[in-house]
Amino acid sequence: MIVAGIDVGGKNAHVVILKDGNIVAQGAAATGIQKAEAAERLYKETLHKAGLKQDNVGRVVATGSAGKRVAFADGVIADAAADARGVNRLFPSARTVIDVGAEEGRAIKVSPEGKVLDFAINEKCAAGTGTFVEAMARALEITVEEMATLSLKSNNSIPMNAQCAVFGESEVVSLIHQNVEKQDIAKAVHDAIAGRIASVARIVGLEKDVVVIGGMARNAGFIHSLKKEIGMDIIVPDDPDFIGALGAAEAAAAGVLERKVEAKS
Amino acid sequence: MAEQGKQEYWRWPEGTWVNPGIDWRKGRIITAGVDVGSVSSQAAVLVDGELYSFSNTRTGSDSPDSARKALSIAMEKTGLTVDHIDYCIGTGYGRVNVPMAQRTLTEIACHARGANFMYGPEVRTVMDMGGQDCKAINCDDKGKVLNFMMNDKCAAGTGRGMEVFADLIRVPVWEIGPRSFQIKKEPPMISSTCVVFAKSEVVGLLEKGVPENAIMAAYCSAMAHRIMELLNRLGVHEKFVITGGIAKNEGVVKRLEKELGIKTAEKVWHKPAYKAYPFDTQITGALGAALFAEAMVGKGKVKSVRKT
Amino acid sequence: MQAFYGFQDGSGDWFIIIDTDKCNGCGRCAEVCPAQALGVGEDELDPLSGKHIACVTEGERKKIRYTCAPCQPGYGEEPPLCVAACEPRAIFHSEAWRQSFAKK
Repeated sequence: MIVAGIDVGGKNAHVVILKDGNIVAQGAAATGIQKAEAAERLYKETLHKAGLKQDNVGRVVATGSAGKRVAFADGVIADAAADARGVNRLFPSARTVIDVGAEEGRAIKVSPEGKVLDFAINEKCAAGTGTFVEAMARALEITVEEMATLSLKSNNSIPMNAQCAVFGESEVVSLIHQNVEKQDIAKAVHDAIAGRIASVARIVGLEKDVVVIGGMARNAGFIHSLKKEIGMDIIVPDDPDFIGALGAAEAAAAGVLERKVEAKS
Repeated sequence: MAEQGKQEYWRWPEGTWVNPGIDWRKGRIITAGVDVGSVSSQAAVLVDGELYSFSNTRTGSDSPDSARKALSIAMEKTGLTVDHIDYCIGTGYGRVNVPMAQRTLTEIACHARGANFMYGPEVRTVMDMGGQDCKAINCDDKGKVLNFMMNDKCAAGTGRGMEVFADLIRVPVWEIGPRSFQIKKEPPMISSTCVVFAKSEVVGLLEKGVPENAIMAAYCSAMAHRIMELLNRLGVHEKFVITGGIAKNEGVVKRLEKELGIKTAEKVWHKPAYKAYPFDTQITGALGAALFAEAMVGKGKVKSVRKT
Repeated sequence: MQAFYGFQDGSGDWFIIIDTDKCNGCGRCAEVCPAQALGVGEDELDPLSGKHIACVTEGERKKIRYTCAPCQPGYGEEPPLCVAACEPRAIFHSEAWRQSFAKK
């Protein structure tokens, strides 16, 4: 049976197509302002890559902050549930999942079966998300990838006072004016956000194995800072930003069609 | 951030004023307050507790220099120098960097005092929005703080939040208020609480072709809402006054008044003799600091450091 | 006087509230806080009073949400350490922490 998982997030959409449990195609694209349209476009493109058509797909499950907008989805599951399923497929030993995307950061306590036992979210504030790092990279006039590599070269710890992406940008500019080395600033940025994410994770309890997913997991500088902050090893899967979509696809395969979304208000 | 040669939409005009009716040489106690904010700095000079002069400038990258600049501008062409000052108090975000101050005080205490002096003893709630913070203060008839709430962590609901928006839509900050009313219908407010996410939302609206003035209205509305949430948490009582740069933005002030159902006090000096003096809501902190200095010297709680 | 130390952002109101009339400046809260987020000093809001009371240290005010999270204020029956240590019951946390746990 062919199933699809679509994760429509704050900035990017991801699609994973499973055939009899194996990944046959995956795709990612920026969602822009018209999220539903972008998600549909991406879905069709990804199907095309696998030589498939929409009719071939038995079930589609969506997730993500804009998952509800995927009109053609058969079901929608909560982000935390998608993350838990996706991680469980790859790492059944995972007990804590940390998902840091563009607009949200969350920590999930998962059972050995991949069910959500507890979760904590960092939402509506860019300071605990990938957007924070992007804003600081802009202030440093480098790409996020460059920032990741640069921060690994630093051995200094400079605290950042700002707890906000906007004030952080001013602080970075001021550090640059004080001739602080860019690598030290880059590390300070990663240390700052790692501190916030770790605090959110401590609410659900940090139990090994700790798996980090979402776009930020690609940032080696951040992962390094987070490892130091929690004092534990971290597993980062390949394509960490696809794990939500993978989990949604798993849910589709399992016939799960919940329509409930995380209670956020 | 603004680059050299590019128009800087956040740069509001600086100012200074000297009281023509006072000769400081005939005064007994001369005190000064310097408020070094993250974005702007002000200095106020009092002679025997009467307002002598004030200045309102942009804070540079160096706080001590900003403090010196603010005070020297306030004393420009008066013959007054730092050595004539009996006591100087620093306040604001950069208060530890006011080199000529004998001590520092939190801007919360200073704003309450300053608002009490400017608007009168009926003031009970002061909302001050500075460059990087927003505070709500309840005070008594003497300007003493009864309780307060401050946000300096989140850019939403701070001057910086408005400046970021001004830069994004390329409209000078002082035009945003008036233009936000040149609309046909009040639009829904920007839904993102976070300034960074709000920027994306604004870009989306611009792409959809929503008129700029309507977007300004939506942003002012959102900011007014944020402030209202902070104020309601504390409890607002009349007379309610707004100090700081945001008081100059009618787009936010009027919408806030509407949400609260309370009108802000008129921007006129409480003392009848001051009627013709300029009323700059940004000097409240510095003025409060100078008043504390006057009280401390006058009551003999501290010794004057005057050199000449 | 209720002094609110912390912040409000899109995710909620995160404050430690100290009632300065009840606080006697004993400093027990500062001693037990695992994050050293509390201190005792001059009442900064009433500088002419000469009273010494507890407050959240300046460096912590902007991250208090994260600093207090491990103590889980508002979750379960046990109060956090600072609240438990305060005899005059002058210190407490805003609702946001309790609300964030209530979602479970």
